[in-house]
Amino acid sequence: MVIDTQGLSFNFGNQQVVKSLSLQVPEGSIYGFLGPNGAGKTTTIKLLLNLLKTDQGSILIFGKDLVANRISILSQIGSLIEQPAIYSHLSGRENLVNRALLLQVPESRVDEMLTLVRLKEAANKKAGKYSLGMKQRLGIALALLPNPQLLILDEPTNGLDPNGIIEVRELLIRLVSQHKKTVFVSSHLLAEVERMATHVGIIDKGELLFQGSIKDLEAISQPHVQIEVDNTVDVANFLKKQGFTVTDISDDYLQIPYLSKEQMGEINALLNRNDYQVYSIHKIQKDLEKLFLDITQKA
Amino acid sequence: MKGFILSFRSEFYKTRKTMAFWSAVLLPLAICLLLFFGFLNHSDRLVHQPGFMLWLQFAGAILAVMGSLILPMLIVFLAYSVNNIEHKAETWKTLFSLPISKWAVYSAKYFYALFLTILCLLLFMLFTLGFGNLLSVLNPALKFSEYHVEGTLARIYLKLLLSSLGILSIQFLLSLLFRDFLKPMGIGFAATIAGIIMANVGWKYAYTFPYAHPLLTIKSIFPSRMGENSPPIPQITVDFFTKDIVVSLIVAAGVFILGYFIVLKKSVK
Repeated sequence: MVIDTQGLSFNFGNQQVVKSLSLQVPEGSIYGFLGPNGAGKTTTIKLLLNLLKTDQGSILIFGKDLVANRISILSQIGSLIEQPAIYSHLSGRENLVNRALLLQVPESRVDEMLTLVRLKEAANKKAGKYSLGMKQRLGIALALLPNPQLLILDEPTNGLDPNGIIEVRELLIRLVSQHKKTVFVSSHLLAEVERMATHVGIIDKGELLFQGSIKDLEAISQPHVQIEVDNTVDVANFLKKQGFTVTDISDDYLQIPYLSKEQMGEINALLNRNDYQVYSIHKIQKDLEKLFLDITQKA
Repeated sequence: MKGFILSFRSEFYKTRKTMAFWSAVLLPLAICLLLFFGFLNHSDRLVHQPGFMLWLQFAGAILAVMGSLILPMLIVFLAYSVNNIEHKAETWKTLFSLPISKWAVYSAKYFYALFLTILCLLLFMLFTLGFGNLLSVLNPALKFSEYHVEGTLARIYLKLLLSSLGILSIQFLLSLLFRDFLKPMGIGFAATIAGIIMANVGWKYAYTFPYAHPLLTIKSIFPSRMGENSPPIPQITVDFFTKDIVVSLIVAAGVFILGYFIVLKKSVK
């Protein structure tokens, strides 16, 4: 395990914001740390970086105790916490050069990073004038600069446009598959995590509700097929007669549990053959809220 | 040690284009330049003075402005600036998640503020000497070159530096703890004013109050200038082991160490 915490707890005053968290992040994984805003994600990340003092429990990173081996562990971690911390009076390049200076990374690495996050052209512009997305990309470049074994990113796609989100996602996948890194990434978007993570931990109100591989999560967050038709009631009755379970119905659409792409195609063909006009048919994910309900009810 | 040097270099890299750095350079230049022009304009009144008296007036005028208000306020500003750069950019969390010891990060920042103070005082001294000599070049009737003030001036500025270390440590800690502008600056300003009053009214225990130390230093160097029984040519003596300097050094070291333990215990928000 790259990250292994046992019974990790943290209080802000009287309020317990992290409750007996036991995280297990395997090597070479993209661990999606999922939870709504205020669930304790950032606090957990700050505990993992030794920025906050652990009240109870232990943190092992790379199999070593964090408090006792702070410097040697931190030298293998790149991190991005909350909004990126950037000196706005320095240019993007100078921000990276400053960090390279501190970490004794060759300056050639700065240019590599600028190219990687596509900031080469804006490199000499003051970072204070960057858009939120550019700042986020610079933050990611800063985290990647020392070529760390473990990358801890707090909501790295915040403020990015769709292209930026895809780029970050592909970058993280590439880092893990080609460069054997481990990525711990927090998010409040289930879909986002599902698209890249190999492992998932779900946290709410400081408690870990679920932890496991993405396959385990899919078993719980069962996707559905949403079908938009003219007369949903007729179609629902027809599908029931054909042996399908209709889980939700409204004026505009109805839902049945998703099994496979092929089955989705069959339903489409079946409805068409029987003169039901299908306006749209697609797979949908359960949103995080419903997923939480399901998980808490099962627990 | 490596972490300290790297952090110190990074402090310079970060501030080299900001007022934090340039104020330490421009302030001595501006004040010395101003007095330079003042002396140049009134040189007809000064031509009969001996070299020693010229230096006393020129350097003394600069020191008087410095010691009372400018030096303490500059230190308040420098201590604020080197910390504010991290508050503003929200970079404390990044600094403390780098593989550099907290001691190195903290002490490099403190010593960088100290470095700026030394730089500023050194430039004050060099500009005083430079402009003084320039005056005698531009107007040979001004006999600045008659007297060599370098050694004395160096001792005065060194004592002034020692007298300001207490303020530096206190202001550094305040600026580290409070992210808003008003608390450290307001406290610093109020304390400086209080220090000036204490030193000026000659309060017996003024030496216990760090913010009074620079002015006490200035007053101790030119003690009998205005006295009736003073000799025609005043004596300048720089005694380093005065009560106020001892207090300044103790406060400086004590608060600096205290600050480190606060940083060690403090959670980084």
